[in-house]
Amino acid sequence: MLDLQKYSCLGAALRDALDRFSGETCLIEADRDREKTRLTYSDFKETSLPLARALEDADFDAGDRAAILMTNQSKWLISAYAIFYSGGVLVPLDYKLTATEQLQLLEHSKAKVLVVEYYLWRAIMQSPQFHNIKTGLVLVTEAPLGADLAGGFRWEDFKRKGAPDFVMRQREDVACIVYSSGTGGRPKGCVLTHENYLEQCRALTAWYPFWPGVRYLSILPTNHAIDFMVGFIGPFVCGACVVHLRTLRPEFVRDAFVRYRITYVALVPMIVKNLERGLRAKFDELPSWKRAILNRMIALNKMLTRSRARVKVSRALLPQVHRAFGGDLLALITGGAFMEPSTMQFFYDLGIPVVNGYGLTEAGTALTLNDLKPFRADTVGKPLPGVELRVLNPNEEGIGEIAARSKTVMSHYLDDAELTLETIVDGWLLTGDLGRFDKSGHLQLSGRKKNMIVTEGGKNIYPEDIETVFDGLPLKEYCVFAANYVWPQKELGREMLVMVLRLEQTQRFDSTLLQNIVNLNRRLPDFKRVGGYFIWEKDFPRTASMKIKRQALAEEIRQTVERGAVVGL
Amino acid sequence: MKAAEQTLDEILNLAAVHFKVPRENLSPDGDFFKALGIDSLQTLDLLTKLENHFRVELPDYELQGVSDFRTLAERIQARL
Repeated sequence: MLDLQKYSCLGAALRDALDRFSGETCLIEADRDREKTRLTYSDFKETSLPLARALEDADFDAGDRAAILMTNQSKWLISAYAIFYSGGVLVPLDYKLTATEQLQLLEHSKAKVLVVEYYLWRAIMQSPQFHNIKTGLVLVTEAPLGADLAGGFRWEDFKRKGAPDFVMRQREDVACIVYSSGTGGRPKGCVLTHENYLEQCRALTAWYPFWPGVRYLSILPTNHAIDFMVGFIGPFVCGACVVHLRTLRPEFVRDAFVRYRITYVALVPMIVKNLERGLRAKFDELPSWKRAILNRMIALNKMLTRSRARVKVSRALLPQVHRAFGGDLLALITGGAFMEPSTMQFFYDLGIPVVNGYGLTEAGTALTLNDLKPFRADTVGKPLPGVELRVLNPNEEGIGEIAARSKTVMSHYLDDAELTLETIVDGWLLTGDLGRFDKSGHLQLSGRKKNMIVTEGGKNIYPEDIETVFDGLPLKEYCVFAANYVWPQKELGREMLVMVLRLEQTQRFDSTLLQNIVNLNRRLPDFKRVGGYFIWEKDFPRTASMKIKRQALAEEIRQTVERGAVVGL
Repeated sequence: MKAAEQTLDEILNLAAVHFKVPRENLSPDGDFFKALGIDSLQTLDLLTKLENHFRVELPDYELQGVSDFRTLAERIQARL
C-alpha cells in the first residue's frame, strides 16, 4: 500500500494509487446478475479526469463544496475523485433521506455542485421546496434521454478534453462535510480534514490491510463513514477492488459473494442478523444425520479457533458454509450500531470472524476494533493505533462517558460553534456513549448518555429532529425521547423512540387522537418512527424561552413511570 | 393490462401467503412493515416475489419511502 504519512491530502494519495496500481481492477459494478462496469485503476483515471477538467472549467475552485447523492455505484467514486482532484470539499449525502431533508442539507452545506442519481433528482424536483435550491451546477447520472432535468446536466456528457490541473490541499484543509444527523432540527455537519482521513486509513489498514486481489463488497451506503473508508479510500490506496451491487436483494448479495469471491464486506447488524436467520433456517432443513455432522464440525472449529481465527482450518472443516460466502471471505466487518454478541459468536463458530468496532462520524470512522486475538463477542475491541480513549467520571463499576483524542477527530461542526464547544472539550471528543475498559484493554459499551438512538441499520436518530412531524397534534404538548435515555439500560439494545403526551385538562385520549398520531408517524421513514407512547399528567418543565427542559423531564418520568407503561404504536 | 385494483388485490394476497399473515389483517392503506412484521430488508424479499408474480423488474428504489400497499401497487402498475 501507499505510505500515507507522505501525503498531505486524499487527492494526492488517490492520484498516486491510480498510477501505482494502473493494471489492477479497482471497480466492478453489477446490477443483479448482470455485470455493468469493470474498471482498472487506469480506466478509472481516464474516466474521472475529463470530469475534473469540466468541473474546473465550470469555476469549481479549491475549497468549493460538491455534494454527492447516489446509491453505491462506480460513478460515486469517480465523482468523488474528480472533486478531490480539483481541490474540492466533498459532501456525501444520504440517499435514504426524504427529498425535503436532502434539500435542507444541501442548503446547509452550501454545496456549489450536486452530483445526483436520476431517480433521486426526480423526487427532489417534485418537492415543494425545490424552488429554493441554490446549488449552481447539478449533474444527473443515468437520466433517460429527453428527461426534464430542470437545468441539470447529464453526468455522462459533462466532460472536457485536456488535462485538468491537480489542486494540492494541506492536511488541515477540509476534505469532507459529513452529516451525522439533524435533518429536522439542528444539522450536524461534521467537518473532517484530509489529516482525519489519512490517519484513519493508516490506523485501520495497520490492523486489517487490503492488497491487490482483495475484493471488498460495498453494501453500506458510501455516504456512511464506514463504507467511505473501507469501500473507497482504504482499498484504493492499497490497490484492491471494490464491488458495487445496484440491488441489495438478499439473493443477489449471496450470488455476489460467490461470483466475485469477496474477501471483506462491511454490514450493519440488521443484515448480519438476516444472514444468520437464513443460515439457521438452512441448517434446520438438514436431515438429522447431516445436522449431527455439522454440529460436530462446528464444535471442532470452535475448539481450534478459541485463541485466534484460523480461516483456512475453518474452510476445510466447514466447506459448504464457506463456499456459500464465496470461499475467500476473511471477515465480516460490522459497526455503526449495536450488534448482538450471540450473532457474532454464531458466525465466529462457523469460522467467519466478525470484526466488531466502535466509532462515530465525529471521529472519522472507527475508534476501536476487535483484533481477533482472541475473538471477543462481548466487546467492541481495543483502541486503534493513535487513538486515546478515557472514561470520564467512572462510577463504582468503572462505567462513564467515553472521551476520545485522536488525529481522526473532526475539526468542528459546520456553522455551529456552540455545539462544537460542547462536544470537543480541551481536545477531547465527548462521545455521549457510556462504557468501561476490561482488564485486557477491550472497550465494553453499556449505554448512552445522550438522547438518541442508533437503529440496527446504523442510523443515528435524534428525537428532537422528528418532533416537527407531529406539529399540530390536537393536545396540550408532546415530546419524544429515546427510551434508553429516560430508562437507562445496563447494556445496549432495545432502542426505541417514545412519545410523551400531555393532554388538555378536559381532553380524553381516544381512537381519533391515536389514529392521528399513527398517521403522522407513518410520514416518517420506517427507521425513524416512534415505537410507543404514554400519557403524562403534568406540564412539561420549560426554560424562560419556553424550550422543554428535556433532561429534567426525563428525570421526572424516570422516577414516576416505568418503561412497561409505554404503549406500542 | 391489469386493472389497478386487481394489482393491489394480488399484492395483498401474495404478501399474506408469503409472510403467513391472515389476508383479512392486511388493508390497502395499511403499513406493511407493521402488518407483516417485517424490516426494510425483508421488504426487498417481498419485492422479489412481486417481480416474479407480475413479471416486471422493480429497482430497489421503487420501495424507498413506501410503506403502504396502495402506493406499492401504483409503482408496480406504472411498470406493467
